[in-house]
Amino acid sequence: MAKRVGLEVSLACSEAVKLANVDVIAAYPITPQTHIVEHLSELVADGHLDAEFVPVESEHSAMSACVGSSAAGARTFTSSSAQGLALMHEILFIAPALRLPIVMAVANRSLSGPISIWNDHSDIMAERDIGWIQTFAENGQEVMDLTLHAFKVAEDHRVTLPMIVNLDGFILTHVIEPIEMPSQEEVDAYLPPFEPQQKLDIANPISMGLVGVPEVYTEARKAMLDALEKSYPVIKEHWDGFAQQFGRQYNPIETHHVDDADTVLVTMGSLGETAMTAVDEMRAAGRKVGQVRIRLWRPFPSGDFLDAISGAKTLVVMDRALSPGADSGPVATEIKSLIYATGGGPYVADFVAGLSGRDVTREDFKQMVDKAEAAAAAGDPMTFEMWGVKE
Amino acid sequence: MSARQNRDPEPLHPHDELLRTDRIPHIWCSGCGIGIVFGALMSAIKKSDIPLDDIAVVSGIGCTGRMAGYIALDSFHTTHGRAIPFATGLKLARPQGNVIVASGDGDLLAIGGNHFIHAARRNIDLTVVCVNNFNYGMTGGQLAPSTPFGAKTTTTPQGSPDEPFNFCSLAAACGAVYVARWTALHIRRVTTAIGEAMNKKGFSFVEILAPCPTAFGRRNKMRRALDLLNFYYDRSVVKHGVHPDEASLDFNQRLVVGKFVDRERPTYLDSYHMVHQREIGDWPTIEHYSTMLAKEKTEA
Ligand SMILES: Cc1ncc(C[n+]2csc(CCOP(=O)(O)OP(=O)(O)O)c2C)c(N)n1
Ligand code: SF4
Ligand SMILES: [Mg+2]
Repeated sequence: MAKRVGLEVSLACSEAVKLANVDVIAAYPITPQTHIVEHLSELVADGHLDAEFVPVESEHSAMSACVGSSAAGARTFTSSSAQGLALMHEILFIAPALRLPIVMAVANRSLSGPISIWNDHSDIMAERDIGWIQTFAENGQEVMDLTLHAFKVAEDHRVTLPMIVNLDGFILTHVIEPIEMPSQEEVDAYLPPFEPQQKLDIANPISMGLVGVPEVYTEARKAMLDALEKSYPVIKEHWDGFAQQFGRQYNPIETHHVDDADTVLVTMGSLGETAMTAVDEMRAAGRKVGQVRIRLWRPFPSGDFLDAISGAKTLVVMDRALSPGADSGPVATEIKSLIYATGGGPYVADFVAGLSGRDVTREDFKQMVDKAEAAAAAGDPMTFEMWGVKE
Repeated sequence: MSARQNRDPEPLHPHDELLRTDRIPHIWCSGCGIGIVFGALMSAIKKSDIPLDDIAVVSGIGCTGRMAGYIALDSFHTTHGRAIPFATGLKLARPQGNVIVASGDGDLLAIGGNHFIHAARRNIDLTVVCVNNFNYGMTGGQLAPSTPFGAKTTTTPQGSPDEPFNFCSLAAACGAVYVARWTALHIRRVTTAIGEAMNKKGFSFVEILAPCPTAFGRRNKMRRALDLLNFYYDRSVVKHGVHPDEASLDFNQRLVVGKFVDRERPTYLDSYHMVHQREIGDWPTIEHYSTMLAKEKTEA
């Protein structure tokens, strides 16, 4: 039985990176990611982790250095947030195109402006289409576990793609939670040393990052897309393997009381735990409410999602970012387009809530459910609302 | 009767007219050097003959960057590293205005370093005030491009292996027309330097060695602000006009301060107008722009 320790979630992330025995970490500090990289620099400085820690001068350089080190065949990690993630944008597209299995923890925070350091998903939603595999953690244990899983998946030769583990800023990064720490032996048994499929090697030179003329660009993008799609069974396989090794099972779509639910709450990230309590309370009050938590955001587990909501009449989606100019937030937009293909499906109400760290309580979730059910019953056009806007 | 009793019951701070008092209390730690520099900046602004409406203060993100939020002038709190390009846009769109950039060492010379060198090269008419506290204060004290070799930060817990920039030498090498460095205890000198920089046409740079007791001092056995203030001040040696390369920061011996550069060069707008308003001929058979400008001046 692994030992349980009280640990700040950021540190749990760093400890996972240490257990994964990374070779290179390149990072630039930004709240609320700082503790993750500061702890890593301590682990390196104290000789607990035999890696290079490169405190570069910006996130653009951080991601560029990660691309370089991964291309040289090193197991590579970085972490960022909000403005920093946005500054990486250009290079974020390069990593999957070059099939470099970099792992990054994103401490989710709102993008400016106005300037805000607090939590929501506007940073990562702006990076939805970069081609990285993306998972969301709901608590500290998941941060630890998903980080280990990320290396396993990213480096699998059937995948070789970069991977992001999202964890909510402050709500997760800055709280202390009881966390089961696997031993080094257990992690080594799960995660073998990194064997790059290709690397820059003077003995065997290759070129990376070349021009894709119109005759091949489309095919190169298609190959990347196929790789992302094919990662899906591998992601699941390594979650199953994780369960065997560590006893905790993860799934692309996690469900809670969905079987006979008329109304299903759809959440992503740490507020899912609050929603779960709200669902339990509504159940206790005799209401047929369930919950779907999206753990795997990219590639989106469409089949699993549709199965999970197959009996629902109403979906209550909680978005934590805006998609200005679209008719709903990014998660609801995704879901609506999926449901459209089924030719029917439930009524979808979308609530953008918890922007910039604003609290979303159990009561809020209950009110969202009430509102959505009433709108569905009245046959209102699909609902979109920014929740709790002050007059 | 004590002087106190003659005072207004709610005494105004001498700088209140330049402060957004509704934003006070500020976020700065007690003993932080930013407040001193902010005070000097406001004094310099008041002492200058420039109408307040013509002055804008631009800063990036960081503890120092908060200045833009507290000053009751046109001000722009930009994103991390981008104060200089924002200010460049402002200056080019409103050339008659006096644009001051006030920001931290990390903001101006790590993430924003590229803008710094190019603005100096082009000689954009900006006054750049840099509070150098040798680390990223706002995010908890990480390695900056100013962190002295061997000093401890949260990302270099064993001491920094990096060679830091000499900001003044860098600014001068890139073409800055005014370059000065002082410590935060040289309050009057800092005020004078900022005033001179504001009156100077072209890229002017004032660096202030300032205490960050909370993030930097704490990890380097100088927890008290006064320890750091005195440390910088006591080791400082004034060397006006010394070549900026020699204006080194040797923390073990001496920290060279003073006014290192004060020279004339056409500003970006001067050269821009020259190219666009007259035939300059075909490159490379043209005179150097400074010669052309000098001629224009004598003719006028
Ligand atoms: C793109 C981006 N990366 C990182 C940050 C986080 N950040 C905010 S302030 C800062 C450093 C500030 O250091 P400095 O400029 O020296 O100012 P000081 O706080 O020391 O006055 C950092 C890294 C950010 N806001 N934006
Ligand atoms: S952290 Fe350092 S720079 Fe920031 S306000 Fe405190 S003392 Fe000043
Ligand atoms: Mg600083």
